Amino acid sequence: MINLPVLPILIPLIAAIVLLFVSKSILAQRVVSVIASASTVVSAMILMAKVKSDGIQTVDMGSWPAPFGITLVSDMLSILLVLTASIITLCVVLYSFRSIGNGRERFYYYPIVQFLLLGVNGSFTTGDIFNLFVFFEIMLMSSYVLIVIGGTKIQLRESIKYILVNVISSAIFVIAVGFLYSVTGSLNMAHISARISEISTEPIITVLAVLFLIIFGLKGAIFPLYFWLPGSYAAPPAPILALFGSLLTKVGIYAILRTYTLFFYHDQPFTHDLMSLLALLTIVAGVIGALAYRDVKQILIYNIVIAVGVLLFGIATMTEESIAGTVFYLIHDMIIKAALFLLGGMIIYIAGTSNLTKMGGLIRQYPALGWTFLLASFGLAGIPPLSGFSGKLLIVRSGFSEGEYVGAIVVLLSSLAVLYSVVNLFMEAFWKTPETPLPDVKKRTGSLFIPAASLVLLSVLYGVGTEAVYPYVMQAVQTLIHPEIYIDAVLKE
Amino acid sequence: MEILMCIVAGLLFAAAVYLMLSKSLLRIIVGTGLLSHGTHLMLLTMGGLKTGAAPVLGENTASYTDPIPQALILTAIVISFGVTAVFLVIAYRAYQELGTDNMDQLKGTEADD
Repeated sequence: MINLPVLPILIPLIAAIVLLFVSKSILAQRVVSVIASASTVVSAMILMAKVKSDGIQTVDMGSWPAPFGITLVSDMLSILLVLTASIITLCVVLYSFRSIGNGRERFYYYPIVQFLLLGVNGSFTTGDIFNLFVFFEIMLMSSYVLIVIGGTKIQLRESIKYILVNVISSAIFVIAVGFLYSVTGSLNMAHISARISEISTEPIITVLAVLFLIIFGLKGAIFPLYFWLPGSYAAPPAPILALFGSLLTKVGIYAILRTYTLFFYHDQPFTHDLMSLLALLTIVAGVIGALAYRDVKQILIYNIVIAVGVLLFGIATMTEESIAGTVFYLIHDMIIKAALFLLGGMIIYIAGTSNLTKMGGLIRQYPALGWTFLLASFGLAGIPPLSGFSGKLLIVRSGFSEGEYVGAIVVLLSSLAVLYSVVNLFMEAFWKTPETPLPDVKKRTGSLFIPAASLVLLSVLYGVGTEAVYPYVMQAVQTLIHPEIYIDAVLKE
Repeated sequence: MEILMCIVAGLLFAAAVYLMLSKSLLRIIVGTGLLSHGTHLMLLTMGGLKTGAAPVLGENTASYTDPIPQALILTAIVISFGVTAVFLVIAYRAYQELGTDNMDQLKGTEADD
């Protein structure tokens, strides 16, 4: 047992506390934030190398042996997601220097971002279902502050709805954990999994599965629970939106992936068919939104919903291939969504509006931004050899081989819709002749462009270097497909 | 005893839902408070209600009460306390900025920000 899995949670925590004390000095805030985020990335990389060579790493907090204490479990899936989340946070922090504004910087923006990362990394790492709730709450509390920070009218209005939706879903979460505890008598996820497979025929397990789908579906924005998302996400500025869009919904998806592969894999004809249906409806709803709006933020936000649908379909198909596709696509989507929201934020900053009809002709003055955005758009749609391709290919192929023809075709068609919506965005913002001629002075965007472009670069490398990533993803998939590996590693039987 | 507690929790949920469906922001927040009370009561009931023993397991104890639900409720109470405080502050600030606490007027569309 080594204490390494604690580090990606501990570093943001300590950094956030330090940042609270130096809130008056913006320079100190920036320096501490960057150092903390970078060291989180490094610690996650070291931990990933450790997991790759030695298998699943666990830490029993307070030396209470599992299943009695809280256990932190770093398997390959969680460490891959922790690493991705940390890299995205680093880029968003760098991007925030020039874009978030001094007012927000002085009023605890950076500490809250670190608390958010703490909650996200904790949710990915914990091996205890109630502890998952606690980390969810840390993440949500930070997101309540981030969505309202700055206090503009639209932010205040949308934050109320956002908080209300999440308070309700948290209440259901606690109840569901209570039910699960009364059925299995344990809170340790590995222990629950072992207990559930003994009583798998009980109908109550199916009820619990649906309850958990509702809870995580509310966070992850699946149909019909996504209605809060477009309004709330449009309120905060671009860097916060990038954090929300790339991390928060994906934590919900991760939780579904974890619970449905570890707990609720016994009654697949019911639970997984339900999930498959919801996934397709989610895709359709997202496509309608993405094609209907003429607003940079809304188009990208509805693309989150589409991606959630594709991921959910991958989980619902539940073969080794489709789970591998889901993991590939999950990581790809986190990176590319963050990159697109950061680039979209730059477009809004340059044009002074998020309305597409009022934009145009940006390519003349900002060619680098334009082509990077187009590259990111192609990556989002999954054009080979960019990063979205391999994940989607695996999901669609397993859909066909499992006889889920309708689902696989819907996923394929959704790629076309995604491509149309983002390329349309590109054409309108960069290519079209603007209604009013652009001002001659070029806005300085270098410090915004570098973090965004490095995320795009990372996404391209992830796509081109799929061969190199493949062994890592397959190790994650083995743990998901064979829950015994996870159980043995935690309970050490 | 468990049945009674479940009914009480159900009544709390019903009241919470009623309050949360109203238009006034303050009623909604009171509703979320009641919702969390119902949740905590449910959580306590889920562990099984036993009487006559402390939640401490010693060498010679014959009976004891399950301490886990109590620990969970303690955590959940603290969290819901914090969330309610944040919610109240944001609601008050929203009332000051937007000049209304009526949810009908807080609908909002993209055009009017």
